[in-house]
This record gives sequence, structure tokens and C-alpha cells, in this order.
Amino acid sequence: MKEAILMKGNEAMAEAAIRAGADAYFGYPITPQSEVIEYLMHEEPQKRTGMVVLQAESELAAINMVYGAGACGKRVMTSSSSPGISLKSEGISYMAGSEIPCLIVNVMRGGPGLGTIQPGQSDYFQATKGGGHGDYRLIVLAPSTVQEMADFVDLSFKLAFKYRNPAMILSDGAIGQMMEKVYLPEQKERLSNEKIIELYGDWATTGKTANRERNIITSLDLKPERQEIHNIHLQEKYKMIEENETRYEEIRCEDAEYIMVAFGTSARLCQKVIQLGREKGLKLGLLRPITLWPFPKKPITDYAEKVKGFLSVEMNAGQMVEDILLAVEGKAPVEHYGRMGGMIASPSEILQALEEKLISNN
Amino acid sequence: MTTSVLTPEEIIKKGKVVFKKTKLINDVPLSYCPGCGHGVAHRILMEVVEEMGIWEDTIGVAPVGCSVLAYDFMNIDMQQAAHGRAPAVATGIKRVYPEKYVFTYQGDGDLAAIGTAETIHACNRGENIVIIFINNGIYGMTGGQMAPTTLEGMRSSTSPYGRMVQTMGYPIKITEMVAMLPGVAYATRQAVHEAKYVRKAKNAIKKAFENQRDKKGTSIIEIVSNCNSGWKLSPVEANKWLDENMLDYFPLGDIKK
Amino acid sequence: MSKVRGAVVIDTEACKGCNLCVVACPTDVLKLHEHVNLKGYNPAYPANHDACTGCKICALVCPDMCFTVYQYKPEKSA
Repeated sequence: MKEAILMKGNEAMAEAAIRAGADAYFGYPITPQSEVIEYLMHEEPQKRTGMVVLQAESELAAINMVYGAGACGKRVMTSSSSPGISLKSEGISYMAGSEIPCLIVNVMRGGPGLGTIQPGQSDYFQATKGGGHGDYRLIVLAPSTVQEMADFVDLSFKLAFKYRNPAMILSDGAIGQMMEKVYLPEQKERLSNEKIIELYGDWATTGKTANRERNIITSLDLKPERQEIHNIHLQEKYKMIEENETRYEEIRCEDAEYIMVAFGTSARLCQKVIQLGREKGLKLGLLRPITLWPFPKKPITDYAEKVKGFLSVEMNAGQMVEDILLAVEGKAPVEHYGRMGGMIASPSEILQALEEKLISNN
Repeated sequence: MTTSVLTPEEIIKKGKVVFKKTKLINDVPLSYCPGCGHGVAHRILMEVVEEMGIWEDTIGVAPVGCSVLAYDFMNIDMQQAAHGRAPAVATGIKRVYPEKYVFTYQGDGDLAAIGTAETIHACNRGENIVIIFINNGIYGMTGGQMAPTTLEGMRSSTSPYGRMVQTMGYPIKITEMVAMLPGVAYATRQAVHEAKYVRKAKNAIKKAFENQRDKKGTSIIEIVSNCNSGWKLSPVEANKWLDENMLDYFPLGDIKK
Repeated sequence: MSKVRGAVVIDTEACKGCNLCVVACPTDVLKLHEHVNLKGYNPAYPANHDACTGCKICALVCPDMCFTVYQYKPEKSA
């Protein structure tokens, strides 16, 4: 029977990684996610499951260790926070280009630059629209509870391997640091090389045996004709992910006149805003994207015909709101409310913003 | 007493093969300039892997630079790393496959400029890998710019009046630097521009792979090589220049064993 | 007398005419051809093949792995 434990988001995620049968974690400390590597070092998963944990000399080294181990077909993860993800973006682009599955966690803090160590959501663009160079996509999952921090580890690995693509958990400092009740998953066994090949195919650098051609992991092709074919393949894969893997949650949207769109910590705040609004007779709902990429465009497009407006609530200057605008296609008003620099909005100020931006203008 | 003189055709028919290309080098044209040392370095590396019988358990990491396409030529599983990150990539491979043989093949810009941190820290952790470091004192692939190992006074496209150490710094002896780290089991500087050096360099590479087999720590083989295109010399002149200029500053031999 | 004899086979299409083998050969067997190969290089060829001892030095310095080297040691007679 599953047992409920009180845990920090960062620690729940680390424990979930061990239990997901991860083969390796490579990381570099940065606030507010250092508990991930601290927890793993303390737990000594090498003894529990054989999982490797290594503190690298930099985020650059850590992501390239993920590249090397991930290209061996192993379940490998790293975690960092905003400035560290900027450093890792080179490696992330290489992994997307080389089609290496892996899990990257960003426990976001406010930026730009060194910014602050308080929570933020200003890496939405970086996570969903690039960050690194080239035409690539990450599968981006946004947890809004400690339970989801734990659950999304195994889900990310599954998606990453299904599509041979890096996956990202885009969390924030609030969810990483808060303690909450969590049901941890059962311990899974780490996969043997034979099992990896059976499940996912024989693409990884496992050592060239006589029965196959050599496996090469590279993002390079100097012939533009072939590089374009590779790019077309990537885009077809992304299209398939968009069709199959879009995830979101609706709260009180069925009768809503105004829909807030929010993820992560902002989505938690909006649940309280729904309650406050409905007490005043305002029919509010929340559409919470669970996958930020692929973005849940269709339900938003569908609601655009029915509602009086959307409010994008984010801890940034307005990033996801651009995707909402694209989904709404001008059929309803779309506004944004956000705090920046590590500030977290109160539910009452969000409600006030919604009334001012959407209702008094109507 | 005399024997009838054999023609070359008869020798080929009756004699034994004393040298042929290793099966671990693919039958594709090498992308390197005529006379470039990369070809010899590739060959002796793959000969060692073949002679030790470890090709099924060897994973190589190619760099960014002229040898970025090394994986096209070596008939083993390989990964291509971002510029300078090969030692981190090799660390990732070795940590999940401790029983495999892992090597990086890197140039001077890759290993001693952009990848300095990854080089030093992989060596400092004593990662049980082999690092093959080709030092030709120049950035070949991008067209002959100054490298961290460009000699004082040496011309390149970004030091057109010669490297001025007052403003451009000194050529870096990174093999000596990492040799002082306790994680490094073996650090040596070799060359491949003459047959006698080729033989020694191959022995050094063999020793490095044996170290990896015996879990002794990091082995780094620097190979002082040429870049006749970048140096704007003929292949023969470039090797002469190497012999007369490079080896004073980068003396050959074991630095730590 | 028993003399060690050698012979080389050169992959002239892989040869880039770098001349390193010509310079390295201790018995002056090799020369660059006056004609070019398909890539436009003047490949090496054994102009003085009878002098070859099969010492492999050409193969050791050849960056393009063009050489296969053969050696023949006659039986020693009393």
C-alpha cells in the first residue's frame, strides 16, 4: 500500500528518480534546487539501485555528461535553476539534434541574469521555444504540486524514450521548496542493456557488436540535403508529439465566463481566485496546461467561442500569453497579469486584475 | 650461389603481408588535407584497439575541429561532442559503462581553450578514460586562427604579425599542467611525423588503454602534429618546421608515468 | 646471398600526393607520379621497386593509409 510522506518538492523528485530506475544523475548546485543533488548524495542510490550520482564542475559539464550517458541508451537526468539552464542550453540543443532522450529539470527563479533566488516563471520562452540554437522542441511538463514533481519524473522518462527526445520538468522555486503530502511511486528496476534495446531499439552507443553497423550519435551533417532531411524528421516527430501528448487540467471551466490560464505555482493561486470570484458571483475557471510544449491549443481555441475572456496568470512579464493569443485567434479578449523578480501575486490582486482588465472593459 | 631475382609481383604473391590497413578504419577517403597527422593518429589508435581485441567494448568521442568527422573513419560506436566538452561526454559514458573502453580525440583549441575546465576536471577526478590530444598549434578547421598552443611569434590568421605574448598570452602546456593532478596516471607527449615517432606514439596509446583496463586513472597522450594548410607550408616542409620549432617548446617524452 | 625483398601496393586513388612517403623511404623506392589521380593529386608509385625491403616506413608515415606492404625472405642456403 502506498504511504503518504511529507516532503519537499525537490526531494520528492530526487526520490522519484531513484524509484523510476534512473541510471544516472549529473548536476551542479544552484539555488533553489540544490536539495536534488544533496538528497541523492545522501541517499547513495549507487547502493540501492546502482544509480550513478556525480557532481560536475559546471552546468556545461553536467549536461554533457548527460549527453554521453544518455547516448548510451541510459535513463539520465540533470536539474538546475534558470541561470544554470542557460548554460545547459548548448548541450540541450545538441541532445535535441542528436535525439538523445533525457530528463532536464528547471526549478525556475526570477531573472534575467543572476536575478533572484526567489521563484519565477520567466523561462517559459526558453523552455518552449528554444533556449538553445536551432529548430528543436523539448517535451515540457509543468508540475503544480509536490505529487506532480514526483510523478512527472517517470512520465518524462517514458515520453523522452518514446520519442527519443529530451524532456523537461519546468517547475519553480516555490514548488521545489514547499513541503506537501506525497505518495511515492513503487521502486522500479533499472533496465538492462538488453531490455533497453528490446524496448527502444538498437540506436545507442553500447559498443559495436558484429551483428550490427556502428552507432553514431551526432547532430552534425555537413551535407545540407541530409541535414534538411534530418530536420524534416524532427519536425514530423514534434507534430506527432503535439497530436498525442498534449496534457492539461480544467477546473470549473464548464460554466465559466472567464478562464484563467496558468501553470505551476500560478495555477495554485488561481484555484483560490476561482473561489474568491465565485463567492462574488463571477463565473471563473482555470485551464492549467500540464504540458507547456505541446501547448494545449485546442481546448483554448474551443473555449474562445464560449467565454468572455482569458487571463494569463504568470510569474513573468507575459510569455505564455503569446501562445494563448495564438490559440484564441482574436475570438475573445486575452489579458496577462504577472509579477516579476521573484514576487508571487496574491489571489485577491489576481482577482482585482481580472476584474479591471476583462470585466470593467466589457 | 645466386637466386633468381624476384619481380615485385612475385614478392606480392609469395611474400607475407607485413602491413595493411586496420579493419577498424573504414574504406572512405579521409577528409584531412594532404600530409595531415590526423590520419596517422587515427590509424595507430585503431590499430591499438584492434590488437587489444576491444573494439566491441570501445566507445569513442569525437571533438569539434578538423577531426569532428573522426566517427566517419573509425569503425566503432562513437559520439560527437560539443566543442570542448568531450571529457564530460566521456565521463558520462564511462560512469554508466565502467567496463567499456572510452576515449576522446581532441585538438588543441577543443581541449586546451574552450574545453580547459572539462579537461582539467575529468583529469582531476581521475576519470578512467584515454584522452588523445592532437596539438598542431593552430585552429585548422576554421581556417588557421591562433590556438592556445600557437608558439610565440608564430603567425596565424588572428596573429598575422606573430603571437605577441604580452597581449595574447603564452602557448599553454596543458599536458604538463594536468600531469601534476593525482588523478592522472599517465601523461606523455608524442609525435607522428617520422616512422620512429609513430612507433613510440603507438606504444604510448597502447599503454594508455592498458591503464584504462587496469583502472589506473586518466591517461593523456599529446601528439605534436602538423597543419601544413594552416602553417602555409608543404607537407614535407611542415614536418621539418615542426621538428625544428615545435619540439623545443613541446619536448617529446613521458611527463608522468 | 639471401636478401630480404619487399614490395608495396599503393591505393593511388586514396593517395593525396603529400610526398611524405617519398621523403621517408630509406632506399628511395618511391616517387610522385607525373599524372594525377581522380582527385587531382599526383600519387606516389614505386619507381625503383626492386630496391624495396618491405621496411614499412612508408606505411607508418602515410596519413591516408594507402600502403599494403609485402616482404619476402628467401630460405637461407648453406
